[in-house]
Amino acid sequence: MRRCIQFGFLFTIALLLASCKREDRTLRQPPPADETVNTIQISGLNPGANSISTPPNSNMYQESAYAVSEGQKLFEQYNCVGCHAHGGGGIGPPLMDRNWIYGSEPGNIFATIMQGRPNGMPSFRNRIPEYQAWELAAYVRSLAGLLPKGVSPNRPDEMNVKPAESSTPEQTPTGITGQPEDKK
Amino acid sequence: MAVAEPIIPNDQDTGQSELAHRLARTWRQSGGFWGWFSNTHHTDIGIRFMVTAFIFFLLAGILAAMMRLQLIRPENSLMGPDLYNQIFTMHGSTMIFLFAVPMMFQGFGVYVVPLMCGARNIAFPRLNAFSYYLYVGGALVLWGGLLTNTGPDVGWFAYVPLSGPAYSPGHRADIWSQMITFTEVSALGVAICLATTILRHRAPGMTLNRMPILLWEKLVISMMVIFAMPAVMIASGLLLLDRLVGTHFFNPAEGGDVLLYQHLFWFFGHPEVYIIFLPGAAIISTLVECFSRRRIFGYTPIVVSVVATGFVGFSVWVHHMFATGLPQLSESFFTAASLMIVIPTGVQFFCWVATIWNGRLQLRLPMLWAFGFFFVFLIGGLSGVMLASVPLDLQVHDTYFVVAHFHYVLIGGALFPMFAGIYFWFPKMTGRIADETLGKWHFWLFFIGFNITFFTLHFLGLRGMPRRVYTYSPDMHWHRLNLLASSGVIFMTAGLLVFLANMLRSRKSGEIAGNNPWGDAGLEWSVSSPPPAYNFLHIPTVSGRDPLWEDPPDQPIVVGLRDDIRETLVTHSLDADPQYKEEDPGPSIWPFLAALTVSATFVGSIFTPWAVPIGAPPVIVTLLGWLWPRGHSPAPRLAGEL
Amino acid sequence: MKLLELSFIPARLVIQAMPLNPGSHLVLHAGAPQGRNIEWLYWSIFWVLVAVFVLMIAAFTRAGARSHVSAWKPLPIIENDEADRRAAWAVWSAVGVTVITLFVILVISVVTGKRVEGLTSKNPVTVQITGHQWWWEVTYPNSQADQTITTANEIHIPINTRVVVLTNSADVIHSFWAPSITGKRDLLPGYSSAFWFEVDKAGIYHGQCAEFCGLQHAHMGFSVIAEPVDKFDAWKRQQLKPASDPSDAEASRGRDVFLTHACLMCHTIRGTDAGSRFGPDLTHVASRNMIAAETLPNTAGALGGWIVDPQRIKPGTKMTPNALAPDDLQALIVYLRSLE
Repeated sequence: MRRCIQFGFLFTIALLLASCKREDRTLRQPPPADETVNTIQISGLNPGANSISTPPNSNMYQESAYAVSEGQKLFEQYNCVGCHAHGGGGIGPPLMDRNWIYGSEPGNIFATIMQGRPNGMPSFRNRIPEYQAWELAAYVRSLAGLLPKGVSPNRPDEMNVKPAESSTPEQTPTGITGQPEDKK
Repeated sequence: MAVAEPIIPNDQDTGQSELAHRLARTWRQSGGFWGWFSNTHHTDIGIRFMVTAFIFFLLAGILAAMMRLQLIRPENSLMGPDLYNQIFTMHGSTMIFLFAVPMMFQGFGVYVVPLMCGARNIAFPRLNAFSYYLYVGGALVLWGGLLTNTGPDVGWFAYVPLSGPAYSPGHRADIWSQMITFTEVSALGVAICLATTILRHRAPGMTLNRMPILLWEKLVISMMVIFAMPAVMIASGLLLLDRLVGTHFFNPAEGGDVLLYQHLFWFFGHPEVYIIFLPGAAIISTLVECFSRRRIFGYTPIVVSVVATGFVGFSVWVHHMFATGLPQLSESFFTAASLMIVIPTGVQFFCWVATIWNGRLQLRLPMLWAFGFFFVFLIGGLSGVMLASVPLDLQVHDTYFVVAHFHYVLIGGALFPMFAGIYFWFPKMTGRIADETLGKWHFWLFFIGFNITFFTLHFLGLRGMPRRVYTYSPDMHWHRLNLLASSGVIFMTAGLLVFLANMLRSRKSGEIAGNNPWGDAGLEWSVSSPPPAYNFLHIPTVSGRDPLWEDPPDQPIVVGLRDDIRETLVTHSLDADPQYKEEDPGPSIWPFLAALTVSATFVGSIFTPWAVPIGAPPVIVTLLGWLWPRGHSPAPRLAGEL
Repeated sequence: MKLLELSFIPARLVIQAMPLNPGSHLVLHAGAPQGRNIEWLYWSIFWVLVAVFVLMIAAFTRAGARSHVSAWKPLPIIENDEADRRAAWAVWSAVGVTVITLFVILVISVVTGKRVEGLTSKNPVTVQITGHQWWWEVTYPNSQADQTITTANEIHIPINTRVVVLTNSADVIHSFWAPSITGKRDLLPGYSSAFWFEVDKAGIYHGQCAEFCGLQHAHMGFSVIAEPVDKFDAWKRQQLKPASDPSDAEASRGRDVFLTHACLMCHTIRGTDAGSRFGPDLTHVASRNMIAAETLPNTAGALGGWIVDPQRIKPGTKMTPNALAPDDLQALIVYLRSLE
């Protein structure tokens, strides 16, 4: 009996500590700031000292199914589908293939959204808060099957235009030339 | 040539006779750590069901207290919406799936039914054990989910599209769906065991017409479970398919239908509440009979009422969906059916009044709880009449009025009889009588607290407060009533603490109970308290509805069953004529192992489809171990053959 | 009937003694004929049920009192077939009375149902209500596109006119419920159902979503404003106009802030470049009594707080926080409050 209670207690503590990142729902995010985007690196060339990698707290969006699901809704809501369709591209390049012109890291995609890019990608700086850009970046990665299955969204409540992101096979990212990405 | 043994009546079995020793040896369960997991005796499994279910009742009660604390004042910040949504979902799911059915149907049924039938063990004892472990597995999955922030947050009913893949990211709703699978398979297992016990293991002479009302009720509930559980397993299964596999059952954009889920769920959901209530009513019938010192008035009408409730309970489910915009004709039909189901319950109430009226009432503790049931369930049933009427329901549906109604019928109809039944059968289970004074404190504290909390909610609903809201605006002027409702929690908590103290103390130092401290009529009171491993020294026979009151002193017993192997008697389902002998399989570790492998497969399938092909071989191995034929025990060698 | 309605008086007195908020939301204080029909049904059934309750409790009490024996040990069993035969008569009569009572309740319930749901009209006011997480999109459709009104969370209707509501949902199941008007109707995605109501007493009728719809189900209110026909027509004419141009420099700056920040990603202001349909239409936001789906009053302070940190007030809502410079925020508020 006593052993039962002890075991139950330990079990409860263990579970509490193993809190699942996938289910994290951070509802109150900090408002947008202008500085973060300038710390993202797009290429290996940079003036000055060491390379600055993706800010660590951006990873929480990659691991939270809620954040990726929000990204999926925002993708439609902010009309990314107008140019990129549901990943297949159109006016804009496809997002569900393996070619990443400006890099496939979350920070790269974040920078693309915030800064805009030549040939038509608008800049959403001051239009979208940073956390939503991170959520969109996470979702875009899931379009190419780069997120774990448990975190990627399943089928949306819409017409079935493509397989769900959680069933998309992983497209190993390459640069525009088809060569493996130049990772920093 | 064996020496003829003197016949010792069951109620004088002190466990000292030769026969008692042989039976105890034959029917003993293994001891030790693994012996605990191999146990297949119904009394042990029954008590495990009841204790585990009560633990989950307390946990869900803590969640309820947290909810009431959050609602104690407007725009309270004790918890945010995400946590609150998880808590009310867990409260409802735990109470219904992990407490009400496992306690009222599985716990009480598994313990009392074989004893009331005059059998040595439940039918299919390994399936019974498997059901228990599977229930525990499902409960651990659900609560493990809550503790890892994966607790479901979509309501205990999990309507689509909110619980679908688009609006419920992550695995929270999958945990809920899979818990359903666990608990429903467990309930189905016990339903099969109990139905078979009641139909084929009754003591000879116990024709259907002589069955105690509790056995009739367990038979009806078993049938209801078999027909209702598949509906919710389909609903949760389709939901899992939509979420994990990408089907479109509930996706309107691709031809799916959100109302399909509601129909499937409520086709289960309404019979479910009768599955919870009817055991309570049967316990009350048993108690009313015993404490009025006379046989129940209107045995046949009560039995017919129980059966009728079982049938009509399947024809009222749409009253949960009146607000969805149904055609008027179908709404009227379901109003009529929902009003009609009042009649069988009314018949039972009138028969109980008549029994007490023409009896000699001894207001012992279990009977006090029965009177509490009469008061509380009556209010709940009457508010249910209001809900059956469509225009009224369209106003109070999904408000605190409904919350008040179902707490009155579920707490009144199940919890009060549960406490009554616990106090009533506690002597049988433990050998001691629970303290009467502590029990009365428990009753009054709980009764007062319950009414303060839940009667107030009727008014809140009529003032427009909807359900499942984590807070409310001060402009709505709901704060005084919410404060009042939250204050009742203190009394209920105090009452439950008194109950726990009573249970713990009385187990050690309560008054020793004999075989039959209440002077009841059922066969379970003819054996010692607690019963020995073999239940009955001799399989009894009966010649009336109230065996211990009516049977003559020379009522025959069954002879011819071997006492060196675990032999049981199978009788005819209608008139209980002995038909053949069957061997009980004895203790076995395989049900536990099978439950482990099945649980692992179920849980794994939430996270990856590979869980199914990987999990299947261990499941098959454990099932093979379980079902491996053992051959029959050798026939006894007569002394003359040596 | 007279007697029954007399019983409403003490009940109404009790209810009226409790303070009400400016918008009434009580089931038992209806302001519309359907609500009053339902109230009548409620009280009718209520008194019957009270009578049943009193009789049953009396029966149990009497039964217990007359047969109670104070003894600890179990008493011997008794039998009394004569008494049981008399009891059988009583029980069967009680069953008969129960059946008749239930039948009467069935009949009055069906009749009330027909009365409540039987409203039709050749010339109704049509309102299309689409539920979103967590606000109400309100449209007054018209065959002429430029006569269609789109607003949010506040429904204006003329008194003494039949209104037909067409329901839909953009995401999950919601439920439209104004307690003082009539019963609720679920808004189901994939289904469009119609229900009718009519209000004869002018006033503001508060309602709330009544089907659990996610994180901010608790803060998804709406109001139905019933007003005389001339006021309703005036409101309609105003709503059809595009947004008024800013009248001073600060409002003009506020419009610029709106169009260069996150606002136009989700909101429409007709007459400007902002045309997103994801969030509520703000063309006439200043004409509404409350904002954030009846969560906050429509005042400058509340508006400012909502714009800067909506997640503090409605955690989980789709609106993003906006860290605006103080002058920008002030200008934006001035502009929004000019959008009558």
